[in-house]
Amino acid sequence: MAVNAKTLNETEFFYGHKACAGCGGSLAVRIALKVLGENSIAVLPAGCMSAVGFNFPQLCFGNNAIISTFAGTASMLTGVAAGLRAQGITDFHAVGFAGDGGTADIGLQALSGAIDRNDDILYICYDNEAYMNTGIQKSSLTPFGAKTTTTPAGKNIRGNLRPKKNMFEIVAAHGISYAATASVGYLNDFMKKVEKASKIKGTKYIHIIAPCPTGWGVKTDETVDIAREVVDCGLWYLAEYENGQYTLNYRPNQFGDVAAYLQKQTRFKHLTEEDIQTIISSRDTKWEFINQNFH
Amino acid sequence: MAKKFLSGNEAFAYGIRLARPQVISAYPITPQTIVVEKLSEMVEDGSLPSEFIHVESEHSALSCAMGASSVGARAFTATSSQGLLYMAECLTYASGGRFPIVMMNANRSTALPWNIYGDQRDSLSLLDSGWIQAYAENAQEALDLALMSYYIAEHKTVSTPFMVNLDGFVLTHTYEVVDVPAAEQADEFLPPLETDNKMDLLHPKNLGFSAGPDHNTAFKYKEHIGLLNAADVITQAEKRFAEIFGRQYSGLVENYRTDDADYIIITLGSIAGLVKEVIDKLREQGKKVGLVRIRYMRPFPNEMIAQAVGNAKAAAVLEKDISFGNEGTVYTNVNSALYKAGISIPVSNYIGGLGGKNILPEEIEKILEELTERTVKTEFLGIGGV
Repeated sequence: MAVNAKTLNETEFFYGHKACAGCGGSLAVRIALKVLGENSIAVLPAGCMSAVGFNFPQLCFGNNAIISTFAGTASMLTGVAAGLRAQGITDFHAVGFAGDGGTADIGLQALSGAIDRNDDILYICYDNEAYMNTGIQKSSLTPFGAKTTTTPAGKNIRGNLRPKKNMFEIVAAHGISYAATASVGYLNDFMKKVEKASKIKGTKYIHIIAPCPTGWGVKTDETVDIAREVVDCGLWYLAEYENGQYTLNYRPNQFGDVAAYLQKQTRFKHLTEEDIQTIISSRDTKWEFINQNFH
Repeated sequence: MAKKFLSGNEAFAYGIRLARPQVISAYPITPQTIVVEKLSEMVEDGSLPSEFIHVESEHSALSCAMGASSVGARAFTATSSQGLLYMAECLTYASGGRFPIVMMNANRSTALPWNIYGDQRDSLSLLDSGWIQAYAENAQEALDLALMSYYIAEHKTVSTPFMVNLDGFVLTHTYEVVDVPAAEQADEFLPPLETDNKMDLLHPKNLGFSAGPDHNTAFKYKEHIGLLNAADVITQAEKRFAEIFGRQYSGLVENYRTDDADYIIITLGSIAGLVKEVIDKLREQGKKVGLVRIRYMRPFPNEMIAQAVGNAKAAAVLEKDISFGNEGTVYTNVNSALYKAGISIPVSNYIGGLGGKNILPEEIEKILEELTERTVKTEFLGIGGV
């Protein structure tokens, strides 16, 4: 039976932590662990979730969990999986939870190595679109235009000038066993993908948009809504990559209002009409690609 | 036991096979490559049933080994020079996590200028990373350390990672006749790893956590005690090793003709072999000279060094290392040991062998001759004093 809100494990594996109110990342971790269950061994690098969950003596994971080095999520996962396999233990899930910086910047090399070896691990990137734990600095997954503390919006430069790195297609280009995108605004979709990934041998990668109210400048009760809106307006998409093929899981009938999505977030407040047009046009280019290449 | 003609790297690989690591993760770097090539062959031919992980960097090599160790598997990695520096972040991580990983380091110069030959600045620059550090003199000792290192690192009172250092090329690539113990004897010496410091599916744990100002000192204190405890465990391991294999080692230091020596060279690694030859020659001429070979830089043999040179008239520390802006790191450590013991003989520092430069027997003789002058100096061999 496919996992859904009704059948989801009642046991909590990630609780008592000190994540900010409305944290999208902690929601992704909590839900993924409920799907994967008690035999999960979680590896988390430096980042929000390790900072809020591992403060001795208040340790917040009910399953086995460890902080890795910032760059070493995937390589430590590889070691965990190999170490257990070498002891004849096979009924476990080695799962990583790394942020956007830990994945697309400093952890990309180790992730690429693990995919190259097709190590039997599940790597989940909770993408809140900046280094939120250190106080909202730009990562390579910060979207075009966003104001961060290292890409301030001033008279000369209006926030981040570069688009998001395309992690989904980067991991797919390795010929990975399974990759998917997701959003905490569409949790059923995410749960299904985690469950599916847990049954596939080899390297699995799930990239989930996980808004950070603190860094995005939205209210703490708007996390799920804004995570839906980013999908509905076409700036993010729900898709899978498997057996060399891309599949689109959800196609909005009509795109939501990009300007409305952007303007309700403090990080985009400074954008001009021209900036918004740039964002819309890059979205359209992306969807042309999706329409041509995704099933 | 079988006699084989092996290089230092090969001998070490034979020792590692006897230790039966469950996970090996390694990235190639000269002059370490042969040890990982040899282990790969052993995995391929079925004589070493390990998971061999072809990691994409040294950082991942040690990170992967930590992952394996964190679930209770015996792990091995090997590196050298820039590779050691590249994984430096993981060194303090492994020691703080109390993961008893064993790593072979082929001592090699660090850039710039680029140089692939041996000196000991790579490992000595990481003395403070919380690892046990041993320095082998020859291929036999390298093999024996490969086996003993796991016994020591995994001992419950120690639980500390272990770095075995082999001088690049001079030891890693030089062939010697080596006794390779039988697997049954090795198994008798080294039981499988048992530890509570692991993630266990039946008893879940959170490891690698944060500890703030209130708790941090206590963790670091315990880490320090673990490393200090290694000294006694090394003695135990060597006693047990001698009982099973018939080769007795001498603990944290090896004293060579020091009992009545007036002038003593203190050094480490493969150069000790040449120093012994020079000492034998000078002894024949009636000169009372001796050698203290430091086998372990951590835990540091403070008392043993003080005891060995306490009655000498002067001593020299000869090392393939310089802590820029000060002096050789071994020298600093030795002086601290002597000061604490109230010994105030003149001790000079000779820096040699950097980037693989040969240290000549004549240079060693000259050092011992100069000690009679009882002046204290720091000198780069072949260049002069600073």
